[in-house]
Amino acid sequence: MKRVKAIKANTILKVIALIVPLLLSINSFTLASTPETPAASQSPKTEVTAPQTAAAPAEGAEGEEKAGDVIMHHILDNHILAFEPFGEIELPKIVVGGFDLSITKHVVMLWVVSAILIALFALAGGKYKKMTARQAPKGLTNALEALVEFIRVDVAKANIGKDYAKYLDYLLTVFFFILLCNLLGLVPYGSTATGNINVTLTLATFTFFITQVAALKAHGIKGYLAHLTGGTHPALWIIMIPIEFIGLFTKPVALTIRLFANMTAGHIVILSLIFISFILKSYIVAVVMSVPFSIFIYLLELFVAFLQAFIFTMLSALFIGLASAHEGHEEHEAGAAHH
Amino acid sequence: MEGLGFLGAGIGAGLAVIGAGLGIGNVAASAAEGVARQPEATADIRTTMIIAAALIEGVALFGEVICVLLALK
Repeated sequence: MKRVKAIKANTILKVIALIVPLLLSINSFTLASTPETPAASQSPKTEVTAPQTAAAPAEGAEGEEKAGDVIMHHILDNHILAFEPFGEIELPKIVVGGFDLSITKHVVMLWVVSAILIALFALAGGKYKKMTARQAPKGLTNALEALVEFIRVDVAKANIGKDYAKYLDYLLTVFFFILLCNLLGLVPYGSTATGNINVTLTLATFTFFITQVAALKAHGIKGYLAHLTGGTHPALWIIMIPIEFIGLFTKPVALTIRLFANMTAGHIVILSLIFISFILKSYIVAVVMSVPFSIFIYLLELFVAFLQAFIFTMLSALFIGLASAHEGHEEHEAGAAHH
Repeated sequence: MEGLGFLGAGIGAGLAVIGAGLGIGNVAASAAEGVARQPEATADIRTTMIIAAALIEGVALFGEVICVLLALK
Protein backbone atom coordinates (compact mmCIF):
# COMPACT_ATOMS: atom_id res chain seq x y z
CA MET A 1 0.00 0.00 0.00
CA LYS A 2 2.68 2.41 1.01
CA ARG A 3 4.74 1.56 -2.03
CA VAL A 4 1.84 2.30 -4.34
CA LYS A 5 1.38 5.69 -2.73
CA ALA A 6 5.06 6.40 -3.02
CA ILE A 7 5.00 5.57 -6.71
CA LYS A 8 2.00 7.76 -7.22
CA ALA A 9 3.65 10.68 -5.50
CA ASN A 10 6.70 10.07 -7.62
CA THR A 11 4.77 10.08 -10.87
CA ILE A 12 2.80 13.14 -9.86
CA LEU A 13 6.06 14.93 -9.17
CA LYS A 14 7.39 13.88 -12.54
CA VAL A 15 4.26 15.08 -14.32
CA ILE A 16 4.46 18.42 -12.53
CA ALA A 17 8.12 18.68 -13.41
CA LEU A 18 7.16 18.13 -17.05
CA ILE A 19 4.16 20.42 -17.15
CA VAL A 20 5.51 23.45 -15.31
CA PRO A 21 8.25 24.18 -17.86
CA LEU A 22 5.65 23.76 -20.59
CA LEU A 23 3.41 26.35 -18.98
CA LEU A 24 6.34 28.67 -18.55
CA SER A 25 7.49 28.19 -22.11
CA ILE A 26 4.01 28.89 -23.46
CA ASN A 27 3.98 32.18 -21.60
CA SER A 28 7.36 33.09 -22.96
CA PHE A 29 6.26 32.15 -26.48
CA THR A 30 3.12 34.21 -26.35
CA LEU A 31 5.22 37.09 -25.11
CA ALA A 32 7.78 36.55 -27.81
CA SER A 33 5.24 36.35 -30.63
CA THR A 34 3.26 39.45 -29.71
CA PRO A 35 5.67 41.99 -31.21
CA GLU A 36 5.44 42.22 -34.98
CA THR A 37 8.96 41.03 -35.73
CA PRO A 38 8.41 37.61 -37.18
CA ALA A 39 11.92 37.19 -38.56
CA ALA A 40 13.54 37.41 -35.15
CA SER A 41 11.13 35.22 -33.20
CA GLN A 42 10.42 32.67 -35.91
CA SER A 43 13.59 30.62 -35.96
CA PRO A 44 13.74 29.56 -32.29
CA LYS A 45 10.07 28.65 -32.41
CA THR A 46 10.48 26.28 -35.32
CA GLU A 47 13.33 24.61 -33.54
CA VAL A 48 11.35 24.05 -30.38
CA THR A 49 8.06 22.98 -31.88
CA ALA A 50 9.41 20.64 -34.51
CA PRO A 51 10.42 17.73 -32.25
CA GLN A 52 7.00 17.71 -30.54
CA THR A 53 5.39 15.92 -33.48
CA ALA A 54 8.06 14.44 -35.64
CA ALA A 55 5.67 13.47 -38.42
CA ALA A 56 4.66 17.03 -39.21
CA PRO A 57 6.89 19.09 -41.47
CA ALA A 58 8.46 22.12 -39.85
CA GLU A 59 6.94 24.55 -42.37
CA GLY A 60 3.69 24.33 -40.44
CA ALA A 61 5.09 26.55 -37.74
CA GLU A 62 5.13 29.45 -40.15
CA GLY A 63 1.45 30.12 -39.84
CA GLU A 64 -2.04 28.89 -40.37
CA GLU A 65 -2.27 29.78 -44.05
CA LYS A 66 0.58 27.33 -44.64
CA ALA A 67 -1.17 24.45 -42.89
CA GLY A 68 -3.67 23.89 -45.68
CA ASP A 69 -0.90 23.86 -48.29
CA VAL A 70 1.15 21.35 -46.33
CA ILE A 71 -1.87 19.09 -45.84
CA MET A 72 -2.74 19.21 -49.52
CA HIS A 73 0.89 18.60 -50.45
CA HIS A 74 0.85 15.53 -48.22
CA ILE A 75 -2.42 14.19 -49.61
CA LEU A 76 -1.96 14.87 -53.31
CA ASP A 77 0.24 13.04 -55.75
CA ASN A 78 3.52 14.66 -56.77
CA HIS A 79 6.85 13.98 -58.38
CA ILE A 80 8.99 13.94 -55.26
CA LEU A 81 9.73 11.05 -52.95
CA ALA A 82 10.48 12.86 -49.70
CA PHE A 83 12.59 11.32 -46.95
CA GLU A 84 12.40 14.38 -44.74
CA PRO A 85 15.66 14.59 -42.80
CA PHE A 86 17.71 12.69 -45.39
CA GLY A 87 16.74 14.57 -48.52
CA GLU A 88 14.46 13.64 -51.37
CA ILE A 89 14.37 11.84 -54.72
CA GLU A 90 13.04 13.71 -57.71
CA LEU A 91 11.05 11.46 -60.03
CA PRO A 92 11.16 12.06 -63.79
CA LYS A 93 8.25 13.59 -65.67
CA ILE A 94 7.18 11.52 -68.65
CA VAL A 95 4.62 12.94 -71.05
CA VAL A 96 3.57 10.78 -73.98
CA GLY A 97 1.31 12.35 -76.60
CA GLY A 98 -0.26 14.84 -74.21
CA PHE A 99 -0.87 12.25 -71.49
CA ASP A 100 1.06 12.58 -68.27
CA LEU A 101 2.43 9.07 -67.79
CA SER A 102 5.11 10.03 -65.31
CA ILE A 103 6.10 7.86 -62.40
CA THR A 104 4.74 9.68 -59.37
CA LYS A 105 4.83 9.10 -55.64
CA HIS A 106 1.69 7.00 -55.73
CA VAL A 107 2.89 4.94 -58.68
CA VAL A 108 6.02 4.10 -56.72
CA MET A 109 3.82 3.10 -53.77
CA LEU A 110 1.77 0.85 -56.07
CA TRP A 111 4.97 -0.88 -57.18
CA VAL A 112 6.17 -1.23 -53.61
CA VAL A 113 2.83 -2.78 -52.64
CA SER A 114 2.96 -5.18 -55.58
CA ALA A 115 6.53 -6.19 -54.74
CA ILE A 116 5.65 -6.79 -51.08
CA LEU A 117 2.58 -8.83 -52.03
CA ILE A 118 4.53 -10.97 -54.49
CA ALA A 119 7.26 -11.60 -51.93
CA LEU A 120 4.79 -12.33 -49.15
CA PHE A 121 2.70 -14.80 -51.10
CA ALA A 122 5.68 -16.44 -52.79
CA LEU A 123 7.05 -17.08 -49.30
CA ALA A 124 3.74 -18.42 -47.98
CA GLY A 125 3.15 -20.49 -51.12
CA GLY A 126 6.62 -22.00 -50.89
CA LYS A 127 5.93 -23.06 -47.33
CA TYR A 128 2.67 -24.69 -48.39
CA LYS A 129 4.45 -26.77 -51.02
CA LYS A 130 6.83 -28.14 -48.41
CA MET A 131 4.05 -29.00 -45.95
CA THR A 132 2.52 -32.45 -45.63
CA ALA A 133 -1.24 -32.81 -45.63
CA ARG A 134 -1.50 -33.22 -41.87
CA GLN A 135 0.69 -30.27 -40.93
CA ALA A 136 -0.84 -27.02 -39.73
CA PRO A 137 0.54 -23.72 -41.08
CA LYS A 138 2.50 -21.51 -38.68
CA GLY A 139 3.34 -17.84 -38.37
CA LEU A 140 2.97 -15.73 -41.52
CA THR A 141 1.43 -18.58 -43.50
CA ASN A 142 -1.18 -19.04 -40.82
CA ALA A 143 -2.02 -15.34 -40.73
CA LEU A 144 -2.40 -15.17 -44.50
CA GLU A 145 -4.44 -18.36 -44.52
CA ALA A 146 -6.87 -16.87 -42.01
CA LEU A 147 -7.43 -13.83 -44.24
CA VAL A 148 -7.67 -15.91 -47.43
CA GLU A 149 -10.15 -18.26 -45.78
CA PHE A 150 -12.19 -15.29 -44.60
CA ILE A 151 -12.41 -13.84 -48.10
CA ARG A 152 -13.07 -17.26 -49.63
CA VAL A 153 -15.85 -18.39 -47.29
CA ASP A 154 -17.44 -15.27 -45.84
CA VAL A 155 -17.12 -12.96 -48.83
CA ALA A 156 -16.89 -14.95 -52.07
CA LYS A 157 -18.88 -18.06 -51.24
CA ALA A 158 -21.54 -16.23 -49.24
CA ASN A 159 -22.22 -13.63 -51.94
CA ILE A 160 -21.47 -15.28 -55.27
CA GLY A 161 -22.69 -18.80 -54.68
CA LYS A 162 -21.47 -22.06 -56.10
CA ASP A 163 -19.17 -20.89 -58.93
CA TYR A 164 -17.32 -18.48 -56.68
CA ALA A 165 -13.92 -20.02 -57.47
CA LYS A 166 -13.73 -18.21 -60.82
CA TYR A 167 -13.84 -14.80 -59.15
CA LEU A 168 -11.83 -15.71 -56.07
CA ASP A 169 -8.52 -14.75 -57.66
CA TYR A 170 -9.71 -11.24 -58.39
CA LEU A 171 -11.32 -10.77 -54.99
CA LEU A 172 -8.24 -11.96 -53.09
CA THR A 173 -5.93 -9.80 -55.20
CA VAL A 174 -8.02 -6.69 -54.78
CA PHE A 175 -8.44 -7.27 -51.03
CA PHE A 176 -4.76 -7.68 -50.26
CA PHE A 177 -3.77 -4.92 -52.66
CA ILE A 178 -6.12 -2.35 -51.13
CA LEU A 179 -5.28 -3.49 -47.61
CA LEU A 180 -1.56 -3.06 -48.13
CA CYS A 181 -2.02 0.26 -49.94
CA ASN A 182 -4.08 1.53 -47.01
CA LEU A 183 -1.61 0.27 -44.41
CA LEU A 184 1.45 1.68 -46.18
CA GLY A 185 -0.14 5.12 -45.96
CA LEU A 186 0.17 4.88 -42.19
CA VAL A 187 3.90 4.22 -41.98
CA PRO A 188 6.57 6.93 -42.13
CA TYR A 189 7.65 7.87 -45.69
CA GLY A 190 4.70 5.98 -47.06
CA SER A 191 1.78 7.52 -48.90
CA THR A 192 -1.69 6.19 -49.50
CA ALA A 193 -2.00 5.15 -53.10
CA THR A 194 -5.69 4.41 -52.49
CA GLY A 195 -6.08 8.06 -51.48
CA ASN A 196 -5.69 8.86 -55.17
CA ILE A 197 -8.96 8.81 -57.08
CA ASN A 198 -7.28 7.46 -60.22
CA VAL A 199 -6.18 4.31 -58.40
CA THR A 200 -9.59 3.65 -56.87
CA LEU A 201 -11.32 4.37 -60.18
CA THR A 202 -9.09 1.81 -61.88
CA LEU A 203 -9.89 -0.81 -59.24
CA ALA A 204 -13.61 -0.07 -59.52
CA THR A 205 -13.38 -0.33 -63.32
CA PHE A 206 -12.02 -3.86 -62.95
CA THR A 207 -15.00 -4.71 -60.78
CA PHE A 208 -17.34 -3.10 -63.30
CA PHE A 209 -16.03 -5.13 -66.24
CA ILE A 210 -15.94 -8.37 -64.27
CA THR A 211 -19.52 -7.75 -63.15
CA GLN A 212 -20.69 -7.10 -66.71
CA VAL A 213 -18.89 -10.15 -68.07
CA ALA A 214 -20.38 -12.27 -65.29
CA ALA A 215 -23.85 -10.98 -66.14
CA LEU A 216 -23.34 -11.62 -69.86
CA LYS A 217 -22.10 -15.15 -69.19
CA ALA A 218 -24.93 -15.95 -66.82
CA HIS A 219 -27.83 -14.60 -68.86
CA GLY A 220 -26.58 -14.28 -72.41
CA ILE A 221 -26.89 -11.12 -74.46
CA LYS A 222 -30.70 -11.38 -74.52
CA GLY A 223 -31.03 -11.81 -70.80
CA TYR A 224 -28.54 -9.01 -70.21
CA LEU A 225 -30.60 -6.61 -72.29
CA ALA A 226 -33.78 -7.83 -70.62
CA HIS A 227 -32.21 -6.83 -67.30
CA LEU A 228 -31.95 -3.28 -68.50
CA THR A 229 -35.71 -3.13 -68.84
CA GLY A 230 -36.12 -4.06 -65.21
CA GLY A 231 -38.69 -6.73 -66.08
CA THR A 232 -41.45 -4.15 -66.48
CA HIS A 233 -44.16 -3.54 -69.05
CA PRO A 234 -42.85 -2.18 -72.40
CA ALA A 235 -44.68 1.09 -71.78
CA LEU A 236 -42.34 1.79 -68.86
CA TRP A 237 -39.16 0.99 -70.79
CA ILE A 238 -38.58 4.61 -71.69
CA ILE A 239 -38.13 5.32 -67.97
CA MET A 240 -36.64 2.03 -66.85
CA ILE A 241 -33.85 1.69 -69.42
CA PRO A 242 -32.14 5.01 -68.59
CA ILE A 243 -32.49 4.35 -64.87
CA GLU A 244 -31.03 0.86 -65.10
CA PHE A 245 -28.31 2.10 -67.42
CA ILE A 246 -27.28 4.82 -64.94
CA GLY A 247 -27.55 2.21 -62.19
CA LEU A 248 -24.84 0.19 -63.93
CA PHE A 249 -22.39 3.05 -63.49
CA THR A 250 -23.33 4.29 -60.04
CA LYS A 251 -22.00 1.10 -58.45
CA PRO A 252 -18.37 1.50 -59.57
CA VAL A 253 -18.52 5.27 -58.98
CA ALA A 254 -19.72 4.65 -55.43
CA LEU A 255 -16.89 2.15 -54.92
CA THR A 256 -14.40 4.70 -56.23
CA ILE A 257 -15.55 7.60 -54.08
CA ARG A 258 -15.96 5.52 -50.94
CA LEU A 259 -12.43 4.18 -50.88
CA PHE A 260 -10.85 7.45 -52.02
CA ALA A 261 -12.76 9.67 -49.60
CA ASN A 262 -12.27 7.36 -46.63
CA MET A 263 -8.52 7.14 -47.06
CA THR A 264 -8.08 10.85 -47.79
CA ALA A 265 -10.37 12.03 -45.00
CA GLY A 266 -8.48 10.12 -42.32
CA HIS A 267 -5.18 11.66 -43.34
CA ILE A 268 -6.65 15.16 -43.48
CA VAL A 269 -8.09 14.73 -39.98
CA ILE A 270 -4.77 13.48 -38.53
CA LEU A 271 -2.80 16.31 -40.12
CA SER A 272 -5.36 18.92 -39.08
CA LEU A 273 -5.14 17.75 -35.48
CA ILE A 274 -1.36 17.96 -35.59
CA PHE A 275 -1.48 21.41 -37.15
CA ILE A 276 -3.80 22.76 -34.45
CA SER A 277 -0.81 22.87 -32.13
CA PHE A 278 1.30 24.65 -34.75
CA ILE A 279 -1.41 27.18 -35.53
CA LEU A 280 -2.05 27.97 -31.87
CA LYS A 281 1.70 27.72 -31.13
CA SER A 282 1.28 26.06 -27.76
CA TYR A 283 2.57 22.96 -26.07
CA ILE A 284 -0.58 22.46 -24.00
CA VAL A 285 -2.71 22.04 -27.10
CA ALA A 286 -0.11 19.63 -28.47
CA VAL A 287 -0.04 17.48 -25.33
CA VAL A 288 -3.72 17.62 -24.44
CA MET A 289 -5.24 17.63 -27.88
CA SER A 290 -3.03 17.01 -30.89
CA VAL A 291 -1.07 13.96 -29.80
CA PRO A 292 -3.82 11.94 -28.06
CA PHE A 293 -6.44 12.76 -30.66
CA SER A 294 -4.20 12.04 -33.60
CA ILE A 295 -3.17 8.72 -32.02
CA PHE A 296 -6.85 7.91 -31.61
CA ILE A 297 -7.61 8.79 -35.23
CA TYR A 298 -4.53 6.85 -36.29
CA LEU A 299 -5.83 3.71 -34.59
CA LEU A 300 -9.22 4.36 -36.14
CA GLU A 301 -7.47 4.63 -39.51
CA LEU A 302 -5.86 1.25 -38.89
CA PHE A 303 -9.35 -0.18 -38.47
CA VAL A 304 -10.67 1.74 -41.47
CA ALA A 305 -7.81 0.35 -43.60
CA PHE A 306 -9.08 -3.17 -42.98
CA LEU A 307 -12.73 -2.18 -43.16
CA GLN A 308 -12.44 -0.40 -46.50
CA ALA A 309 -10.47 -3.24 -48.07
CA PHE A 310 -13.14 -5.62 -46.80
CA ILE A 311 -16.02 -3.44 -48.00
CA PHE A 312 -14.55 -3.01 -51.48
CA THR A 313 -14.09 -6.77 -51.79
CA MET A 314 -17.47 -7.50 -50.25
CA LEU A 315 -19.33 -5.12 -52.54
CA SER A 316 -17.43 -6.42 -55.59
CA ALA A 317 -18.48 -9.94 -54.65
CA LEU A 318 -22.03 -8.78 -54.03
CA PHE A 319 -22.26 -7.05 -57.41
CA ILE A 320 -20.83 -10.09 -59.18
CA GLY A 321 -23.23 -12.33 -57.26
CA LEU A 322 -26.22 -10.15 -58.11
CA ALA A 323 -25.22 -9.97 -61.77
CA SER A 324 -24.78 -13.71 -62.15
CA ALA A 325 -27.67 -14.90 -59.96
CA HIS A 326 -29.48 -17.74 -61.71
CA GLU A 327 -32.34 -18.69 -59.46
CA GLY A 328 -34.80 -16.31 -57.83
CA HIS A 329 -35.03 -13.88 -60.70
CA GLU A 330 -37.76 -11.78 -59.11
CA GLU A 331 -35.80 -11.51 -55.90
CA HIS A 332 -32.78 -10.40 -57.80
CA GLU A 333 -34.73 -7.64 -59.51
CA ALA A 334 -35.97 -6.40 -56.15
CA GLY A 335 -32.45 -6.51 -54.76
CA ALA A 336 -31.02 -4.67 -57.74
CA ALA A 337 -33.55 -1.87 -57.37
CA HIS A 338 -32.26 -1.16 -53.86
CA HIS A 339 -28.63 -0.83 -54.76
CA MET B 1 -19.24 37.34 -51.32
CA GLU B 2 -16.31 34.96 -51.64
CA GLY B 3 -16.81 33.73 -48.10
CA LEU B 4 -20.20 32.29 -49.06
CA GLY B 5 -18.45 29.35 -50.73
CA PHE B 6 -16.87 28.40 -47.43
CA LEU B 7 -20.20 28.90 -45.67
CA GLY B 8 -21.87 26.58 -48.17
CA ALA B 9 -19.12 24.01 -47.74
CA GLY B 10 -19.41 24.09 -43.96
CA ILE B 11 -23.20 23.85 -43.92
CA GLY B 12 -23.15 21.15 -46.56
CA ALA B 13 -20.60 19.08 -44.65
CA GLY B 14 -22.68 19.41 -41.49
CA LEU B 15 -25.89 18.37 -43.22
CA ALA B 16 -24.20 15.39 -44.87
CA VAL B 17 -22.88 14.28 -41.49
CA ILE B 18 -26.34 14.63 -39.90
CA GLY B 19 -27.86 12.50 -42.63
CA ALA B 20 -25.18 9.84 -42.45
CA GLY B 21 -25.30 9.80 -38.65
CA LEU B 22 -29.06 9.30 -38.60
CA GLY B 23 -28.85 6.61 -41.26
CA ILE B 24 -26.01 4.61 -39.75
CA GLY B 25 -27.52 5.07 -36.30
CA ASN B 26 -30.77 3.55 -37.50
CA VAL B 27 -28.91 0.67 -39.12
CA ALA B 28 -26.89 -0.03 -35.99
CA ALA B 29 -29.94 0.23 -33.71
CA SER B 30 -31.91 -2.23 -35.79
CA ALA B 31 -28.94 -4.57 -36.03
CA ALA B 32 -28.43 -4.52 -32.25
CA GLU B 33 -32.12 -5.25 -31.78
CA GLY B 34 -31.96 -8.09 -34.26
CA VAL B 35 -28.90 -9.62 -32.61
CA ALA B 36 -30.55 -9.35 -29.20
CA ARG B 37 -33.60 -11.21 -30.47
CA GLN B 38 -31.75 -13.78 -32.53
CA PRO B 39 -28.14 -14.18 -31.37
CA GLU B 40 -27.63 -17.10 -33.76
CA ALA B 41 -28.08 -14.78 -36.75
CA THR B 42 -25.26 -12.45 -35.63
CA ALA B 43 -22.95 -13.16 -38.58
CA ASP B 44 -25.63 -12.56 -41.22
CA ILE B 45 -26.87 -9.42 -39.50
CA ARG B 46 -23.35 -8.06 -39.21
CA THR B 47 -22.70 -8.54 -42.92
CA THR B 48 -25.96 -6.91 -43.88
CA MET B 49 -25.32 -4.06 -41.47
CA ILE B 50 -21.84 -3.37 -42.82
CA ILE B 51 -23.09 -3.32 -46.40
CA ALA B 52 -25.97 -0.98 -45.56
CA ALA B 53 -23.70 1.28 -43.51
CA ALA B 54 -21.18 1.37 -46.36
CA LEU B 55 -23.87 2.37 -48.85
CA ILE B 56 -25.13 5.15 -46.57
CA GLU B 57 -21.58 6.28 -45.92
CA GLY B 58 -20.92 6.32 -49.65
CA VAL B 59 -23.76 8.80 -50.21
CA ALA B 60 -22.53 10.96 -47.32
CA LEU B 61 -19.02 10.92 -48.75
CA PHE B 62 -20.32 12.14 -52.11
CA GLY B 63 -21.60 15.17 -50.21
CA GLU B 64 -18.37 15.63 -48.29
CA VAL B 65 -16.26 15.47 -51.44
CA ILE B 66 -18.40 18.18 -53.01
CA CYS B 67 -17.97 20.29 -49.85
CA VAL B 68 -14.19 19.84 -49.94
CA LEU B 69 -14.16 20.88 -53.60
CA LEU B 70 -16.20 23.97 -52.71
CA ALA B 71 -13.85 24.90 -49.88
CA LEU B 72 -10.66 24.36 -51.86
CA LYS B 73 -11.73 25.97 -55.12
